[in-house]
Amino acid sequence: MSRDGYEVVIGLEVHTHLATESKLFSPAPVRYGDPPNHDVSPVDLALPGVLPVLNEQVIDLAIRFGLAIHGEVNRRSIFARKNYFYPDLPKGYQISQFEEPVIIGGYVEINPGDDGSRRIGLTRAHLEEDAGKSIHDAAVAGADDSLIDLNRAGVPLLEIVSEPDLRSSEEAGAYLRALRSILRYIGVSHGDMEKGQFRCDANVSLRPRGEEQLGTRTETKNINSFSNVEAAIDAEVERQAEILDDGGDVVQATMAFDPVTRRTRVLRLKENSDDYRYFPDPDLVPLVISEAQIEQVRGSLPELPAAKRVRFQEDHGLAEGDAAILTASRMLADFYEEAVGATSQSATTVAKWVLRDLLRALKIRECEIEDAKVTPASLAALIDLVEAGRLTVKSAQELVAELVAEGGDPVALMSERGLEAVSDAGLIGSAVDEAIDAHPEVVSSFQEGDQKAINFLMGRVMQKTQGKANPGRVRELLLEKLS
Amino acid sequence: MRASSLAESRARLDSGEASSVELLDASLTRAQECADLCAVVGVRPAAARAEAEAADLRRREGRLRSPLDGIPVVLKDNMVKRGEPTTCGSRILESFVSPYDATVVEKLEEAGAVVIGRSNMDEFAMGSSTESSCYGPARNPWDRTRICGGSSGGSAAAVAAGIVPAALGSDTGGSIRQPAGLCGVTGLKPTYGRVSRWGLVAFASSLDQIGPLACTAEDCAWLLSAIAGHDHRDSTSLPEPVPDFAAALSGDVSGLTIGLPRECFVEEGVDGDVLAAVHAGVAELESAGARVVEVSLPHSRYAIATYYLIATAEASSNLARFDGVRYGRRAENTRDIDDLYRRSRSEGFGAEVKRRILLGTYVLSAGYYDAYYRKAQQVRTLLRGDFEQAFSHCDVLATPTSPEIAFALGDRSDDPIRMYLSDVYTVTANLVGVPGISVPCGHVSGLPVGLQLLGRSLDEETLLRIADAFQRRTDHHLQSSPEPQ
Repeated sequence: MSRDGYEVVIGLEVHTHLATESKLFSPAPVRYGDPPNHDVSPVDLALPGVLPVLNEQVIDLAIRFGLAIHGEVNRRSIFARKNYFYPDLPKGYQISQFEEPVIIGGYVEINPGDDGSRRIGLTRAHLEEDAGKSIHDAAVAGADDSLIDLNRAGVPLLEIVSEPDLRSSEEAGAYLRALRSILRYIGVSHGDMEKGQFRCDANVSLRPRGEEQLGTRTETKNINSFSNVEAAIDAEVERQAEILDDGGDVVQATMAFDPVTRRTRVLRLKENSDDYRYFPDPDLVPLVISEAQIEQVRGSLPELPAAKRVRFQEDHGLAEGDAAILTASRMLADFYEEAVGATSQSATTVAKWVLRDLLRALKIRECEIEDAKVTPASLAALIDLVEAGRLTVKSAQELVAELVAEGGDPVALMSERGLEAVSDAGLIGSAVDEAIDAHPEVVSSFQEGDQKAINFLMGRVMQKTQGKANPGRVRELLLEKLS
Repeated sequence: MRASSLAESRARLDSGEASSVELLDASLTRAQECADLCAVVGVRPAAARAEAEAADLRRREGRLRSPLDGIPVVLKDNMVKRGEPTTCGSRILESFVSPYDATVVEKLEEAGAVVIGRSNMDEFAMGSSTESSCYGPARNPWDRTRICGGSSGGSAAAVAAGIVPAALGSDTGGSIRQPAGLCGVTGLKPTYGRVSRWGLVAFASSLDQIGPLACTAEDCAWLLSAIAGHDHRDSTSLPEPVPDFAAALSGDVSGLTIGLPRECFVEEGVDGDVLAAVHAGVAELESAGARVVEVSLPHSRYAIATYYLIATAEASSNLARFDGVRYGRRAENTRDIDDLYRRSRSEGFGAEVKRRILLGTYVLSAGYYDAYYRKAQQVRTLLRGDFEQAFSHCDVLATPTSPEIAFALGDRSDDPIRMYLSDVYTVTANLVGVPGISVPCGHVSGLPVGLQLLGRSLDEETLLRIADAFQRRTDHHLQSSPEPQ
């Protein structure tokens, strides 16, 4: 059957680290890059006699998430033990939530403003602790040993489970980006994939188009970048389609994705899967959340991407696509809004500079807006200089790159670099005269009606003035002298 | 020389008749004399001496910390103390030294008590006879061929033999009350959540509770005041103020109603002489002005089954951390991680612990969870209802502590079910969370019999008041175990 004959059905499970100071059930700090086993308490080591105590900070974060994705905040949720042996799981069980998660339902909107705009349903989101790390690298651990680093053990996670609503790897990618954007907006997670703060498992199945019944699914574990998620899904869809084409049956299994070969392989079959023997953790009391607590969090919730996008379209007159790009990151949206507030120029002008020039400069320097030195006020000042005719667009674009890398005051930079646009009629006039004298043939073709010929003359003048001449003044003078 | 009760020891310290150092030396000497009891499995003479000297100095300078200041005590070997071993009577923890203090250890230190060492126990508190310890069985000071009860058997035997005036134990299904009853001392299991479990090595988290064993209810009251209270490190610890328990000991029981659960006084499965001693104890309280009524705990016949489902389920998970990876015993020359787990645990755990881990794993397994664990939790709810109902008719319940007197060592080793039935009267208090106390109420064949009183949640005061009033009128608690020939 052709690939189009199958409908792809995808559900994603995302594990995201919550942005807390300390661990989920211990006072040890959450830090990245510390020496191994530095950030551990007796609780994280699972010493005899220790007990977990819930970090109250996660309650607000869970509520924030629940409200942001339009889910239901469970008034009473239960922590349960998931029992299995693994060397980097010190207690021999992970404290998670099973029958009663903290958040139920909700949705995330993907591809806003697009024809592909859809709401992706969420099944649930629950709190759990991360495990430590096993280090098998022979260079570090020696050939016969493995080492364990418990710095990550007990770090709070929110596991977010989507409904099987996604229909392509592109949609899966769009969903993950939208989800991470929300998490960052509301300060629930930094979502840094490189630090393992945002990890994804993909459940994938195929069914013949038009078929109601879901096909057998596989779960591809621990994919750690957006592009790998899409690649892993594509690879798994291809693998399953080949099996089905050959008349075979997909077997329920846990898969691993190899980013080098870009293929998925079976890690273990589900029928051999562990029985985790979940039961409510008797060391912890139910997590009870009051209406008042929810209302308090609701009051402190920032404007979410979707609402901000609509506001930018309606109040700032931005195009839908531009508003979507600006609101994808809260930092970028905030930067843009502050810049708008710092200049008398129109919002669309500021948006143009942010979208065209600032994003380009960020991309070249491979940094995010929050890491760049440029401030909204300095960008606004730069735009003002251009609009006042004191800086050419070309010079301003050079300065944007410099502001991103080094920061600084555009007015001072402009004079330091001698970039101020030349509007002096005398200076420009002599360059104009020189250009006219040097190219009589171009002058005649202009006078014969070739309007474009003037551009060549402008180019000569700009070259002569090292790009500093105010282009408007140059054009005016040329027209004056040639008519 | 035998240690006297806590109250008498205090009086001797107060009058200058003895110093804390002298009390400590007497305890250490007595522990050696009674080494055959295997009640105390580890002492810390040097550290304890420094602490006793400090207590004596405080006394001279009028800076006493509490009524327990300078009193020697033992800790059951499942409460951790910084820099000291804690083994839970298990080979798997034979090398473990704790880097932190249990809350009760901190509180005893704040009160000035001198911890002389660790007392023997059933491995991981799983047993009713202190026979499953890796140190060997503890023996009953009243008859060294018999068990001292368990799992806090070492603590009970140490008090009964006069090694220390007081001890701490832990009670998951009767592990304080049953050995107290069989050794002729007083043992209190507080309300679940009254005493912090931080630093108590868990057996069954929803049932475990630390409590005192001593010569009298009054002594237990002093100890409970020292160790009780809310602790932010234990989420199940109750945020309730701690009353002055000793102040509640008025000696007056008039106006109080004692309920006799009819299910606990059927003759089946209980020794007739034990029952008679308990009836006589209740009659004594009646003559002191208490009213006696019959009540019913209709679901109590499911209590033992329910208890062994919940306790083993929780234990199977709680004991998973003893895996040979981070601390404790690790098998040598292992092939891979699974081999390391399997052999470390096979070598480290004893038979009873293995049995309960297997049972608990089964109880929680897919397909059995609803039939066993969930059902057991439902019965637990029904039992709570039974107690609420009963306490609408009475202030305390009275039952035998155990169905029989101490049995001979080895007598039940091959019959776990009969061993489990030793707890038939005690497990309900743990399932429901209410406090319970065992007081000596007589002797059968020269061996002590315990009367158990169960109170309302957080009402240890009434329990202690009745137990104290009983002891003011009787001398069972004053009987001493015989010196060995």
